[in-house]
Amino acid sequence: MEVSLPEDGFLVTKLDEVANWCRKNSLWPMAFATACCGIEVMATGASRHDIARFGAEAFRFSPRQCDLMIVAGRVVMKMLPVLQRIWMQMPEPKWCISMGACASSGGVFDTYAVVQGIDRFLPVDVYIPGCPPRPEQLIQAVLDLQDKVQKTGTFNAREFKNRTRPEGPKPLAMQLDMADQMVAPADFRTATRSWSAVPDVGNHAREAGR
Amino acid sequence: MPLKLADAIAAPDVEERECLWTLNFGPQHPATHTTLRLVLNLDGEVILKATPDIGFLHSGFEKLGEHLDFNQYVTIVDRMNYISPVANEIAWHQTVESLLGIDLTPRCKMIRVIFAELMRIHDHLLCCGAAALDLGAFTAFLYAFNQRELINEINEWASGQRFHPSYTRVGGLQRDVDDAWIGKVRGFLDGFIAAHNDVNKLLNRNRIFLDRCRGVGVLSKEEAINRSATGPVARASGVQRDLRRLRPYLAYDAIDFDVVCAEEGDCLARYLVRMEEMLESWKIVKWAIDNLPGGPVNAEIDGRMVLPNQLSVYRSIEGLIHHFELNMTNRKWKPPVEELYTATESPNGELGFHIVSDGGPCAWRVRTRPPSFIHFSLFPFLAEGHAVGDVAAILGSLNIIAAELDR
Amino acid sequence: MSEAVVSTHTPFADLAVETITAGLEGALGLATGSLKRSSFRDNHRIQVDPPCLGRALLALREAGMDLLIDLAAADYLGYPDAEHRYGVWYILENTSTGTRIMVRTWADDPSPSLPSAFDIWRGSDWMEREVYDLLGIEFTGHPDLRRILMPDEFAGHPLRKDYPLSGMGERHHFVPLARDES
Repeated sequence: MEVSLPEDGFLVTKLDEVANWCRKNSLWPMAFATACCGIEVMATGASRHDIARFGAEAFRFSPRQCDLMIVAGRVVMKMLPVLQRIWMQMPEPKWCISMGACASSGGVFDTYAVVQGIDRFLPVDVYIPGCPPRPEQLIQAVLDLQDKVQKTGTFNAREFKNRTRPEGPKPLAMQLDMADQMVAPADFRTATRSWSAVPDVGNHAREAGR
Repeated sequence: MPLKLADAIAAPDVEERECLWTLNFGPQHPATHTTLRLVLNLDGEVILKATPDIGFLHSGFEKLGEHLDFNQYVTIVDRMNYISPVANEIAWHQTVESLLGIDLTPRCKMIRVIFAELMRIHDHLLCCGAAALDLGAFTAFLYAFNQRELINEINEWASGQRFHPSYTRVGGLQRDVDDAWIGKVRGFLDGFIAAHNDVNKLLNRNRIFLDRCRGVGVLSKEEAINRSATGPVARASGVQRDLRRLRPYLAYDAIDFDVVCAEEGDCLARYLVRMEEMLESWKIVKWAIDNLPGGPVNAEIDGRMVLPNQLSVYRSIEGLIHHFELNMTNRKWKPPVEELYTATESPNGELGFHIVSDGGPCAWRVRTRPPSFIHFSLFPFLAEGHAVGDVAAILGSLNIIAAELDR
Repeated sequence: MSEAVVSTHTPFADLAVETITAGLEGALGLATGSLKRSSFRDNHRIQVDPPCLGRALLALREAGMDLLIDLAAADYLGYPDAEHRYGVWYILENTSTGTRIMVRTWADDPSPSLPSAFDIWRGSDWMEREVYDLLGIEFTGHPDLRRILMPDEFAGHPLRKDYPLSGMGERHHFVPLARDES
């Protein structure tokens, strides 16, 4: 997270600070709870690990009223367009926390249906590892996000205008070829590893790549 | 009181009436318990037809079962009915152990019984709490979650993880429990009855809760059986079937407990059955923890099927070889080339696993018999004729866990 | 195995299951002992051919097997000694007596299909849809046989053995949203 010298004047930066302070202390989460991590989100909202202490109590279920989307749980290909639509419905400024191993990278599910990390398709601000992460980790992520908001936020969301590329995963340093890209743990007799052995199911699936 | 369809509305040309409209409920909706979608055809507020659309959490669990071996797959099975994780593990390893022909030690069976019943309490607390939350009663949810945190602590004390412990292994458990764990379980038992009473006081005579649940979503006994309902959903309709009595497994044949049933089959009956089942589970855990046998927790058999304990792996060559044999990819178990279906009475209903084995350490096919999937197919039948506001009550009473629904 | 073959199989040790099986053979017009039986641990399995499947399931329902516990299938492509590609099983139980029985049948490429049990046990509704979705076996007579778990536009049947675990690129075939346009 880079903190650069403010280019704007004193009034604007002071406004930024005040806006950031207000926003960070009253983040309204939209719990996009799909699976097990959703239960930990509920546990974080419950009485023992109380997220209300950090201002993020108001779990509104309408995306129009939220500014923090917590993607908790695995996102499968049928759900991803829904996730994207909800992200688009949220008004700026908005942030996204990818909670759990499944949302961050696919987790234990390297299967045909699970998206291997929502950051391929959505801009994510904070990642939380864990399967599922403890409520304390979620609270730490909210605190980290509050730091991020305080340091890099602006009152008119101008910090986003220069970012034009999707914040997807970085390409691997070593390019794996097709045969190595399909990982089937502990099994070397499984179904086809090469594309030519399966009948053509349509060019779009092949051209899209993995 | 729920609205009922008047006879005039059930006319043959009902689809052409202009006042009919379609409401999309989900998949992102607080009352849908994570990702389910319902397309409701409505006449005003009355549901004429409810069409569920599922698959928003389908992750390929069954395909993964063909690639992970019997000890690795327990981590995946945990993540099915994620509100009662150890119950899934117990069901999975029961099928594997039956397939391999392994008998468990008495201590292992009793600990698994304790976990199975604690998970039943865990599941029912969430179900009743979330059902209450969907109907507007937030405090009951918080009380239930507080008790669940105590059970999470018990999980953590036994295995290290508060949620998804992956505690069972083929032939035994990950590790044995100690006196501190027993103390924790007793502590939980001491405080549970008071918390249960609190939830009772909040809900059982609460006029709003009763009006929203009584007579809503009635499932008759014949329909329950015809539509393959099991567990509390079926028992609330009068089906007296509990696998712990019908086909006793683990140590259940030695334990005295009652099977809770009701007759009305509405949402209130399902809620009350779950609340009573928690008390029965409490009794079982109390008896089991008082009568916990000593001895080893892993089955001591030849054939190198059960993971050896850590001390013998590091201190003896036999233990080391044994550990190697069970972990190297071209060794491990050699089950018979057969298929087997066994089931347990999980908190949600009959949770069964059907393993097709080809003789290798990974199953050829793993099929989960998912109670949530089958119960959600009841929903269109139950919701017909009710108002939109009853959808939350019916969904909450069926206890649909999306991960088990979609796998 | 067809109806004309007269081969007698050893009866089940469990008397209740054997009675039901003998009753089924009678209802189907087969000689006693002609249906292939097998047992493993506590599972008792009867093999029924697809042409007789509809009548067999109805006869079993009328004999008291009122609970359909599970309906599922597997792809046996590459399985040792497999005669047919798809194996389908129906696990039935009699709720009054507790007797449980498994009916096994089979289907083959190029267009695997079986009669639907929709009218016999309504619980088979979604179970058949799932088998159709994940394995491609059609159930004739099912009023609404469409995909249930995979998206409607998905092509392919994931649980088949020739479909790879990590899929064929469908899971990432979406448009990424950049920060500035969302």
